[in-house]
Amino acid sequence: MGQKLSLTIDSKKMEASPGQTILEVARENGIHIPTLCYYKGTTNVGACRVCVVEVENARSLVASCCMPVSQGMVVMTDTERVINARKLVVELLWSSGDHNCLQCEKNGNCELQDLVYELGIEKPRFDIDSPGYEIEDTNSMIQRDLNKCILCGRCIRVCNEIQVHEVLDFSMRGSKARVGPAFDADYIDSECVFCGACVDACPVGALTFKQARFKGRPWEMKKVHTTCPYCGVGCQMDLNVSNGKVVKVTTSRDYGKPNQGMLCSKGRFGMDFIDNPDRLKMPLIRRNGELKEASWEEAYSYIAEKFASIKEKNGPDSIAGLSSARCTNEENYLFQKFMRAVIGTNNVDHCARL
Amino acid sequence: MTNSIEELEFTNAILAIGTNTTENHPVIGSCVKRAVRQHGAKLIVIDPRKIGLVDYADIWLRPRPGTNVAVLNGLMNVIIDEGLYAKKYVANRTEGFEAMKEAVAKYTPDHVKEITGIPADDLRTAARIYAEANRASILYAMGITQHSHGTDNVKSCANLAMLCGNVGIEGGGVNPLRGQNNVQGACDMGALPNVFPAYQEVANDETRARFEKAWDVSLPAKPGLTIMEIMDAAHKGDIKGLYIMGENPMISDPDLTHVEASLKNLDILVVQDIFLNETGQLADVVLPSACFAEKDGTFSNTERRVQRIRKAVEAPGEAKADWQIIAELATKMNYAMEYSSAKEIMDEINTVTPSYAGITYKRIEENGLQWPCPNTEHPGTKYLHKDKFSRGLGLFSAIDYRPSEELPDEQYPFILTTGRVLYHFHTATMTRRSEGLNERYPESLAEINPTDAEKLGIKEGDFITVTSRRGSLKVKATVVETPPEGTIFMNFHFGEAAVNLLTNPALDPVGKIPEYKVCAVKIEAA
Repeated sequence: MGQKLSLTIDSKKMEASPGQTILEVARENGIHIPTLCYYKGTTNVGACRVCVVEVENARSLVASCCMPVSQGMVVMTDTERVINARKLVVELLWSSGDHNCLQCEKNGNCELQDLVYELGIEKPRFDIDSPGYEIEDTNSMIQRDLNKCILCGRCIRVCNEIQVHEVLDFSMRGSKARVGPAFDADYIDSECVFCGACVDACPVGALTFKQARFKGRPWEMKKVHTTCPYCGVGCQMDLNVSNGKVVKVTTSRDYGKPNQGMLCSKGRFGMDFIDNPDRLKMPLIRRNGELKEASWEEAYSYIAEKFASIKEKNGPDSIAGLSSARCTNEENYLFQKFMRAVIGTNNVDHCARL
Repeated sequence: MTNSIEELEFTNAILAIGTNTTENHPVIGSCVKRAVRQHGAKLIVIDPRKIGLVDYADIWLRPRPGTNVAVLNGLMNVIIDEGLYAKKYVANRTEGFEAMKEAVAKYTPDHVKEITGIPADDLRTAARIYAEANRASILYAMGITQHSHGTDNVKSCANLAMLCGNVGIEGGGVNPLRGQNNVQGACDMGALPNVFPAYQEVANDETRARFEKAWDVSLPAKPGLTIMEIMDAAHKGDIKGLYIMGENPMISDPDLTHVEASLKNLDILVVQDIFLNETGQLADVVLPSACFAEKDGTFSNTERRVQRIRKAVEAPGEAKADWQIIAELATKMNYAMEYSSAKEIMDEINTVTPSYAGITYKRIEENGLQWPCPNTEHPGTKYLHKDKFSRGLGLFSAIDYRPSEELPDEQYPFILTTGRVLYHFHTATMTRRSEGLNERYPESLAEINPTDAEKLGIKEGDFITVTSRRGSLKVKATVVETPPEGTIFMNFHFGEAAVNLLTNPALDPVGKIPEYKVCAVKIEAA
């Protein structure tokens, strides 16, 4: 593998390792080649043909995502022939679906929209012929609009090759081809485990997070990089915040370890609790048998007096504290420090055993 | 985990025992499945239940619940008998081999079959897969630990890993998968009755003197009580005040009737949480906390990686971050805790916690760091015990199989085993408030094997009454092949079918962990 080979892309000379594709080498060298079906970390299928380039002495245009580089190769990424081919692909995709951006959740974050704009296509030369599928609306998590699907297969590959849930695949053929779980079931009636990776992978508006619908457009969303609060894997994820509320959870494969861009249903769809009306908002003190709202000052005084009197009468070891595997390191540190330094007991534990 | 999640994908064999990985740690479950599907790793699954990973396994051993020690001893018996163990590693890096060898000598495949029900040839096949792999990783979770012999189970896993030279190498290890976002960190930070941060013993005079100096206060030398002992002491009236932060023992602890009586016996119960949960309802004072999305801080994951959480939205009403509440209460009690941010607390943690000394907010801004990380130049530690064990030589333990405390009998003929399901988390305070997750799993279901169901005249969706010596409850049954005959499985997420009314509070003598995985029950159609 060690041997480097040299090639030329857009008149620029560069080196590459054997086995790299034209696309990888171009991207490493800052040369833009658009893609749709390409999805890093999954099989290169070369299905969409948007990434085609011209290779000197090659009979036809080649898909740069699949073509390995070779010694002395001369590649051109933006000749008229290339641009025309890309336009044709994009116009065919456009005309074969319902790509109306007005109410689309992906408006502003859509790879097909970006391509139409990049290639300067006013309108497709073919009649728009949307397949007329019903929008899948049978669960509250993932909305599926196959009229917007461009059959790139990214959702299928992420489901099978990265998450290995093995739920999605193509069914039917030709113009009737569609993506979904076995027997064309709705997600909710299938073996789908709602990890949401297919939605992250979808380049267009075919798969979207339903709860976030109309809650904020991509450019209005603040993404806050954080760690999932559920199990011990510690998945890295982004809370998408709009109007002061967490409206959805996305993730990025660029975060790398530990989850490499994967999440599960809890991290993805288990955040409703944050904004739940039952959240505690005020301290409560039990008075005449009932918990009544109180100020922080009252609550602190009540606890401080009670703990002080127990400590005086029965000693510090008659007080105990349970810290929390759900709280932060900083909070656990302070909690045990509180029990040891302030109360004066080592009676501190948490639910590691449960 | 001794090793890292990323190593799993590229190891040669994975032995998953007592972990329903695809439901409880789904992202690690995906790593295991990728290792199998894409990188040719062999997978051994050891679990009484037909869990998701079984479909990906080269071999599945299905022991009777509570017989892990016999299985693990049996694997070692075969490996030693067939000379497949790492002789050089055992000679150079370990001690106690002879005693262990003697202990496992009687666990021949035929004897193990009597205890566990596992066919002798399957045991041999699994032993060969694990031993012959260049490097192999053991994954385990609460199916190993939540037994009255949980410590024995863990030590047996360590025995097996050392026997084959799999500790201290990349792609190997003994890897417990921790069930809560920061259970690792809570332990690291000394939220345990016997240790300060970084597992420094409170009973050690030198250590204590260091903390007394750092905190400017005199500190108690006597180790404190564990969670179950605290409940017992409250029941007896020895504990009079209890401060609970972010825990819900009224659902999560065994024998809830006892827990309730204990909590009601207190002079003061303070509960600090994000919701008024089952425990909060018994409290004298309830303090409203900010949740993870409303504060800054760090969590330490199961592979010891310390990672940031960041404030994304405002806390509701007057709720405050837990660290702020503790600091204000301490100050009120005449011990000044003045921190203006979580980062300032981490700065202090760095000074008293050797394994976290090099883990600063600045360094983990983009990517987390794995402890031990003794200084700010240190890159963190991907896997432990490289070249040398923490204690020097790896110590084999000679362990004999002990049955679970409560086994089925005529009156209570079934084994009840408990755990989580994919769509809910622990006491479900958070997940049951999620619309989507509840579409997927709206109510508690008790899993019963079709053969048992037929015998008892129970059909899918029927309500059943499950009764143990400690309590009784009604729950909907689902008839599935997942549990073996004679065993039912229930989750502990749902308060209205609180399985811990039934569970046995028998504790492991060392780990003090309750025996959630095995107790005896009877089942009747309700």
